[in-house]
Amino acid sequence: MRKGLAIFAGVAAALLLSAGAEAQIKKDIKIGVLADMSSLYADLGGPGSVVAAKMAVDDFGGTLDGHKIDVVSADHQNKPDIGASYARKWFDQDGVDMITDLTTSSVALAVQEVAREKNKVLMITGAASSDLTGKHCAPTSIHYAYDTTALANGTGAAVVKAGGKTWFFITADYAFGHALQNDTAAVVEANGGKVLGFVNVPLNTADFSSYLLQAQASKAQIIGLANAGGDTINSIKQAAEFGIVKGGQKLAGLLLFVSDVHSLGLQTAQGLQLTESFYWDQDDQTRAWAKKFFAKTNKEPTMVQAGVYSAVTNYLNAVKAANTLDGPAVIKQLKSKPINDFMIRNGHLQDDGSLVHDMYLYEVKKPSESKGPWDLYKLVATIPGAEAFKRPHGNECPAVKG
Amino acid sequence: MLSSLHLALPPAPLFFAQLLVGLINGAFYAMLSLGLAVIFGLLNIINFTHGAQYMLGAFGAWFLLTLFGIGYWPALIIAPLAVGLIGIAIERVFLRRIAGLDHLYGLLLTFGLALAIEGVFRQEYGSSGLPYSIPAELQGTVSLGFMFLPIYRAWVILASAAVCGATWFIIERTRLGATLRAATENPALVQAFGINVPRLVTLTYGGGAALAALAGVLAAPIYQVSPLMGSSIITVVFAVVVIGGMGSILGAIVSGFALGLIEGLTKVFYPEASSTIIFVIMALVLLVKPAGLFGRAG
Repeated sequence: MRKGLAIFAGVAAALLLSAGAEAQIKKDIKIGVLADMSSLYADLGGPGSVVAAKMAVDDFGGTLDGHKIDVVSADHQNKPDIGASYARKWFDQDGVDMITDLTTSSVALAVQEVAREKNKVLMITGAASSDLTGKHCAPTSIHYAYDTTALANGTGAAVVKAGGKTWFFITADYAFGHALQNDTAAVVEANGGKVLGFVNVPLNTADFSSYLLQAQASKAQIIGLANAGGDTINSIKQAAEFGIVKGGQKLAGLLLFVSDVHSLGLQTAQGLQLTESFYWDQDDQTRAWAKKFFAKTNKEPTMVQAGVYSAVTNYLNAVKAANTLDGPAVIKQLKSKPINDFMIRNGHLQDDGSLVHDMYLYEVKKPSESKGPWDLYKLVATIPGAEAFKRPHGNECPAVKG
Repeated sequence: MLSSLHLALPPAPLFFAQLLVGLINGAFYAMLSLGLAVIFGLLNIINFTHGAQYMLGAFGAWFLLTLFGIGYWPALIIAPLAVGLIGIAIERVFLRRIAGLDHLYGLLLTFGLALAIEGVFRQEYGSSGLPYSIPAELQGTVSLGFMFLPIYRAWVILASAAVCGATWFIIERTRLGATLRAATENPALVQAFGINVPRLVTLTYGGGAALAALAGVLAAPIYQVSPLMGSSIITVVFAVVVIGGMGSILGAIVSGFALGLIEGLTKVFYPEASSTIIFVIMALVLLVKPAGLFGRAG
């Protein structure tokens, strides 16, 4: 009797111990792409991001431990309330495990609060505001591709150091524009420059002539465009019309994507400097991946779309290595070693959620220098991560505050 | 949160420059609301496809340039004609079937058409827009002392004032216009005089669409030729038409220019409100005078 009990106890103990080694992924994996699919930011993320996510899932193999990996997508229309409703529905009812893209900072901030509540992973490749890893930082949210700090340290610093000391900002009147203006102003002032004024412009404005006139009247050397997508394209196009550059002032496009430059054309955009984390024609690795993307979309990828592919791939690898879909555990796995792939170089995930990695300062080519419709940039400098993501006024995120 | 509210008057040169810029925007509002007012006043159709027809005009100019090498000046005639024909087709195929029904059906049908047209273009051409340059003859700026006025924008004001004036004249002062107005009020009687009323209706809708397309061609060099350009302007234009009075041609023209000016001033004093000021005015006007400033009740 006692021997039987001992054998039973031994077997039970062995079974209990081995239970921990069984797969802990018990459901199909779902990845959500929440983007602006139809409005002014649709070309820099949008349907292209969905393609990138599906490519990543296919290249990963489509399944993990026998469970299917699905990609769902939705259009947040640049409205935080719509974005947050989708996030809630996806997390609560549809079994979505991770949301990516999240272009438009106000939407990303709203969705980040939902993710904080539910401890779910976000991999933000579209939104820019440094507040996502600053005062609103969340433990399971990764700011993946770029942020306003890197843009300020890249384009802002380069322009100030080249002699552009006085600035006037034309700012998109929402979270992103304000963050970009504040971060750039900090860099300008740290380098001995001065901000002469600014004007807040509603998002998705067609006509910037009034604001450009105000910028002209300020006599600032540099007109900083703290906006993106369609707004930036309109600002630059109309500035050419009003003879702003001929009058001696320069434009600084603080956030420009390859899709914007392609739309503007080299005649208008030549000479503009910009900071991005990915360019399709950078080296053999980027070209190889971009070729596959181009075959599916007929457009070269932006850093947001390349970011989605990279984020989804690294997420799935982390889920596999950590053997769980639990948010905090996957984040811990991602922090445990550097991230290096075709897009992220020398990437280190910080405690505030920002993925510090190399950024690049580019200049738009002259028409005579370009050999094809997407041959748009030349590399001016590589900015190492530590320099690019350094905040002049420190970081308010509780996780990193000293 | 930083606000750019300016309570002081800007220096006179800047102020006049802003008024001029507001006038230019007003020119677009006037042209587009004129087309809408014509269609509503004469056909009793709330034409939500107007924004899409404006977009088609701009795309028409772009197609002519990119596919056929046809420049801006011929495009000013060809694109509106083409879109006018499309408008005639829309009227014949869709709108004729709901003639005589409640306004709401016309609104829903044209809204659906607008969504479909814009969706197709957005699918093909994305949202960033396509480049279309200012024609060489109109490039450059002229110094007015208080600002550098782009010559093209001056052309826009002149062209739209001319078109608005001509349209108003045709409708209010010529026999054709009188026939059109009579046909709206009493189609049976006008038909009894031997005038082909259905054809008149079709041509008028086509004319309204052509007006929208003309505004689109004028807009192509300054705004992005983008599938989104129609939907972003149409809500403002509707507010303008409501303020001016839904059936009034003169009301549409005057309100268009006036609201462009007011919007321009708002951009100087309180830019954050510039996208909503026209709707605030619309709400106020509706409270005080529901038929609109120039409208006739009923």
